[in-house]
Amino acid sequence: MKLNELTIHEAQEPLRKAEISAVELTQAVIERILEVDNQVKAYLTVTPESALEQAQEADDRIAAWRKNPSNPLDPLTGIPLAIKDVICVAGVPATCGSRILENFIPPYDATVIGHLRQRGAVILGKTNMDEFAMGSSTENSAYFPTRNPWDLSRVPGGSSGGSAAALAADECLGALGSDTGGSVRQPAALCGVAGLKPTYGRVSRYGLVAFASSLDQIAPFGKDVTDCAIMLQAMAHYDPGDSTSVDVPAPNYAQALVPDIRGMRVGVPREYFVEGMQPGVEAAVRAAIDTIADLGAEVDEVSLPHTEYSLPAYYLIAPAEASANLARYDGVKYGYSHPEVEDVWGAYRKTRQDGFGPEVKRRIMLGTYALSAGYYDAYYLKAQKVRTLIKRDFDVAFRKFDVLVAPTSPTVAFKIGEKVDDPLQMYLSDVFTLSLNLAGICGISIPCGFADSLPVGLQIMGDAFAEEAVLRVAYAYEQATEWHTRRPPIE
Amino acid sequence: MSCPTCSNLLALSESAIIHKGVKMDKRGKETKLSRVEVGHIAELAKLSLTDEEKERFGEQLSAILEYAEILQRLDTEAIPPTATVLPLRNVMVADGVRPSLSREDILANAPEAENGCFKVRAILE
Repeated sequence: MKLNELTIHEAQEPLRKAEISAVELTQAVIERILEVDNQVKAYLTVTPESALEQAQEADDRIAAWRKNPSNPLDPLTGIPLAIKDVICVAGVPATCGSRILENFIPPYDATVIGHLRQRGAVILGKTNMDEFAMGSSTENSAYFPTRNPWDLSRVPGGSSGGSAAALAADECLGALGSDTGGSVRQPAALCGVAGLKPTYGRVSRYGLVAFASSLDQIAPFGKDVTDCAIMLQAMAHYDPGDSTSVDVPAPNYAQALVPDIRGMRVGVPREYFVEGMQPGVEAAVRAAIDTIADLGAEVDEVSLPHTEYSLPAYYLIAPAEASANLARYDGVKYGYSHPEVEDVWGAYRKTRQDGFGPEVKRRIMLGTYALSAGYYDAYYLKAQKVRTLIKRDFDVAFRKFDVLVAPTSPTVAFKIGEKVDDPLQMYLSDVFTLSLNLAGICGISIPCGFADSLPVGLQIMGDAFAEEAVLRVAYAYEQATEWHTRRPPIE
Repeated sequence: MSCPTCSNLLALSESAIIHKGVKMDKRGKETKLSRVEVGHIAELAKLSLTDEEKERFGEQLSAILEYAEILQRLDTEAIPPTATVLPLRNVMVADGVRPSLSREDILANAPEAENGCFKVRAILE
């Protein structure tokens, strides 16, 4: 096996035994990027020199640990990771997939990047995304679309499509994305990797460029469940720099990785199996639920009666928050500024008109409308009330169940260009994922089979701060199957 | 429900079908936000949209808002709104002196800076 094909946890032993070095591992990943990224186009920025320097530092740490193993060595030491371009890495451009931030170089690290560096992780570069994380296909990037490594004519999902595709193509060992309505789980499903959305407040958002602040969470992608747990462990800390970071100590997630789910209560929400979903997706997910039942879990149907209202509520709340957050792009403090207009308002209008792409403008318009005088009660306030009902559905379900299981996406990866002119059709890609963000709960997508030779994702949802239950069911399922070992045949 | 012509999932509301981003009433006729309304929203959002964009966004926003009409089916009179899932009120931090980013680092990203400040265009005539 090539070094870049290793999982994070598989790389542990050879690194510790000095059978491989972090520099060799990073070198192998950089070579892979040079080999296939002209096809996949997952990365916006690669920083090989800096990555090799960080790898050398990791090797020094490992050498020191070998001399004195009394201090524990973090499992991320020497592990090359890809970072979604919406997360700030000091000194490296953070474009957010937008022209308006083409020249923006953050002078500081996001809190999560600090946590990763502290643990000796190696930052490889920044991955492509839908502009400002608005989209479900990565086609809304102002730079280029990313391609699905399983079929280069198809999308990787989005908005964190670059991170998902990079990981699926073994162009990194792990990756970070951000999940506002499914932007990690949906691309994980479409690319055949694992993606874990933590509970709202579990991971600091400091240094994550804001899209919809009451919904955004930074989230890890892993080649398997164990790798997701390792990355979550590194990032799950209280941060006074983020007023919505929750001061609850993180458990040891590795202890949740036991292949025994006998007696766990698993709910299957009937509203997540809708007419119109791809039959192959439903078949794969139903088979996965049978496997979970065979492993000894108590599986039963449950109703989340307000499910159909999640999509319209989300597409009022998220754009409303976005329209407020994106007011900061005024061409004064950073980013693109229209060079010619002399008056302040004219410059503001032209800067935003030229700097934002169509989907971002569409959502700013939608959000502005929902917040505007005369429409606030009918749209924004109404959506917030419906959000309460959606959250209550989950509260009731989690009194009876440890986790809920459902498809991650109603379809497998679709063709590039297929949905770009039909925003509502694109929004429907997130129909099974965005209710978790509205409710603030956690969930994972893991591979559970194939339909038309393309990966299908199983979504496992947990209550707020119930990541351990989610990880346990995901891990048990993964150990009983081999879908997570499949890799796309890209050379 | 799937579209009969393209097999895509279809967004439905009670009074209209929505397809290819265009809201149509039951007779298949397009309905949309007025150009004046779209222009007003664009001004609030400080976007100098082209006429073509106004036309297209008018159609697409109409479709999305029409879809959102299904929320009106729910009686939410007695339901409190959720702005955040966290039980937060104000979060206070100690008022102490801490290191911050340097002025030089911050201004390095400014399109225009002068005398250690962001430079803005004239606000007064």
